[in-house]
Amino acid sequence: MAMLHIVNKSPFERNALKSCLGHTSAGDSILLIEDAVVGALTGTVMAPELQVAMQDQAVAVYALGPDLAARGLSAERVLPGLQVVDYAGFVDLTVANEKTQSWL
Amino acid sequence: MAKKFLYLNRKAPYGSVYALESLEVVLIAAAFEQEVSLAFLDDGVYQIAKGQNPKAIGMKNFSPTYNALGDYGITKMYVERESLAERGLTEDDLMPIVYEDEDDDYAEKPSVQVVSRMEMAQIMAEQDVTFSF
Repeated sequence: MAMLHIVNKSPFERNALKSCLGHTSAGDSILLIEDAVVGALTGTVMAPELQVAMQDQAVAVYALGPDLAARGLSAERVLPGLQVVDYAGFVDLTVANEKTQSWL
Repeated sequence: MAKKFLYLNRKAPYGSVYALESLEVVLIAAAFEQEVSLAFLDDGVYQIAKGQNPKAIGMKNFSPTYNALGDYGITKMYVERESLAERGLTEDDLMPIVYEDEDDDYAEKPSVQVVSRMEMAQIMAEQDVTFSF
């Protein structure tokens, strides 16, 4: 019963990503879109929590490339293990997961 | 008498309309020849990140407009150092925004000043009017 969690708010402004991370199960995926992509970079105060999710909790984390590019954030600066996807990849994630939940 | 106006920017661009609206109001204020300063803190620091390209999300790139503010007499753009650090950013990630100093043979000078949280508080305290975005 894998779930795709979609987060669209900056983790430095809202607690949506933090709350999401507290409600994921092993095998789930998190997709960062819109302002949430700012949380995908290395060296941020959010980075340790995302790394724990990816490394210790078997949660896959993705960020939407066009939203990174819009904000001048290079895909080369995202956390190790975090995957950058395009819109087609976004669709693939919705298909690959049985359910989708948005953290507005 | 000219008053000191501060435009306080705390939101990332594109995810909401705050950044663009702030810029519009800043340009209006500049036309009234007030002493205008811009502050970028919290997620507002992303507004002047360099290399913005929102073409693929179907939005207009308004970031080049910040480079034009110097021509409207807006030469003070304060960025909070702590806000950059918390987001894994440095001054090198910001656009090199400059203005021409008419009192110094039109020499190009940087508009962006990275300041500490304490200095930002002081800048806020010195203002007559603050507009928040």
